[in-house]
Amino acid sequence: MTKTEEKHKKFLNLNLRTKTLLIIGIAFLILFSVFVSNYLIDHTAVLTSNFYNINQPPSFEHWFGTDWMGRDMFMRTLLGLGISIGVGAFASIISTIIAILLGVFSSVNTIVDEAVTAVIDLFGSIPHILLIILVSLAFGGGYYGVVMAVGLTHWTPLARVLRAEIKKINTSEYIKLSTEFGKSKMWIAKKHIFPLIISQIIVGVILMFPHAIMHEASISFLGFGLPAHEPAIGIILSESMKYLSMGYWWLAFYPGLALLFLVLLFDLIGENVHKLLDPQSAQE
Amino acid sequence: MDVMKAEKVSFGYGSHKILQNLNFEMNNNQVIGLFGDSGSGKSTLCKILTGFITDYEGEVTVNGQKHNGGYNPIQLIYQHPEKVMNPRWKMKDVLEESWMPDEKILNEFGIKKEWFKRYPSELSGGELQRFSILRALNPKTKFIIADEISTMLDAVTQVQIWESLLTVARENNVGVLLVSHDKRLINRISDEMVYLSDITD
Ligand SMILES: Nc1ncnc2c1ncn2[C@@H]1O[C@H](COP(=O)(O)OP(=O)(O)O)[C@@H](O)[C@H]1O
Ligand SMILES: [Mg+2]
Repeated sequence: MTKTEEKHKKFLNLNLRTKTLLIIGIAFLILFSVFVSNYLIDHTAVLTSNFYNINQPPSFEHWFGTDWMGRDMFMRTLLGLGISIGVGAFASIISTIIAILLGVFSSVNTIVDEAVTAVIDLFGSIPHILLIILVSLAFGGGYYGVVMAVGLTHWTPLARVLRAEIKKINTSEYIKLSTEFGKSKMWIAKKHIFPLIISQIIVGVILMFPHAIMHEASISFLGFGLPAHEPAIGIILSESMKYLSMGYWWLAFYPGLALLFLVLLFDLIGENVHKLLDPQSAQE
Repeated sequence: MDVMKAEKVSFGYGSHKILQNLNFEMNNNQVIGLFGDSGSGKSTLCKILTGFITDYEGEVTVNGQKHNGGYNPIQLIYQHPEKVMNPRWKMKDVLEESWMPDEKILNEFGIKKEWFKRYPSELSGGELQRFSILRALNPKTKFIIADEISTMLDAVTQVQIWESLLTVARENNVGVLLVSHDKRLINRISDEMVYLSDITD
């Protein structure tokens, strides 16, 4: 690599880092304000109907307009995002734990590895939405049902990655050489394996989060998710379907856009963090 | 004096037999060249001697003792140094995984301090190979198996690296088994040449 190329690379690297930090900052700000607003907003006031104000298009007073009961759509969207983020976070935690356990477990021996692979393939092959609905119903639906359903179905990609990564590291020559240098299994796990998979885990979680949110919204939209009285984005969207034909486009447009924005934001963060933590594969 | 011995060693990948009843012995004051055509099983033998392959028949011993656990007194230097280095580690960590040599040895190998901060992908093959040799020269090492370690290097680097390796090895009474398909190199460097076909059935 020549000097100028090196400089160029450093410059790009710095750029990527600042860019990623900026996006993470924005995401954090959004998450934080949604979180705070969920506490500050007087839920009953927002959700009670106000018939002087029904079906108003977006204005300065009501940024996202109002619905057929006169409720402010901006407030409802904020609350909805709050619920989505909560479900997404809990579900991601569950999924991550499962993925790590299976990934580490697979390295015990080849029989266990084959069993783990079979389980991953089995779960990966069932249509996602169907599985989520079934699990949600099995757990009695509601908030709890949705968290469990989304949490128990989103671990497959991360588990697959972790299993493959651990296997790759374990069979690499430098791990063998490490044993020849007299290093213990614990030392190798701590120094060689863990630092490598931790970045995979971080990236996996960041990428899993938007998926979890999307799926929560989808099954709530279909009526199998959160109960109808919750102001979840999925509920808002499915309710507003009835009013779209009357031209009240803002009822679905803004909440949908807000959700999409959040999802894309996290996808972007995931990709950038991946590039940052894994410069090797990004170089290739 | 330390003696490395391979007795009645046989090995194959699956049913494909590579080595049959191999017997070999050397001591720590020798530099022996092992010659064999490419594909004849030299690398396989190196991996057996250094514990990279364990499911072989027969025995490999140093002073009558098999290696089980701890630092292996027989160390392998590989043809491709990049394969035996964690790509995410800086060179300092790569080297220290074995030991940290003193200034004198670092200078002998022409290792620059600034290389310590780089990753393996940021050094040339010759520079990486110096690190990989240094790692193997840990004071606990009694024998070094060098498997085609200079094949991919230019003539000048090849000579430099071998001179440094042999200097340090002689000083510390480390036996060197130099494995190659290049007779000229073996003749120049080693005290004695052994044909792989002569020590197997
Ligand atoms: N991991 C492996 N699995 C199966 N066959 C192998 C493997 N490594 C080497 N071989 C085969 O074993 C034979 C000897 O290979 P090797 O020991 O690398 O020879 P050399 O180093 O003398 O060129 C070759 O025919 C090669 O194809
Ligand atoms: Mg070879």
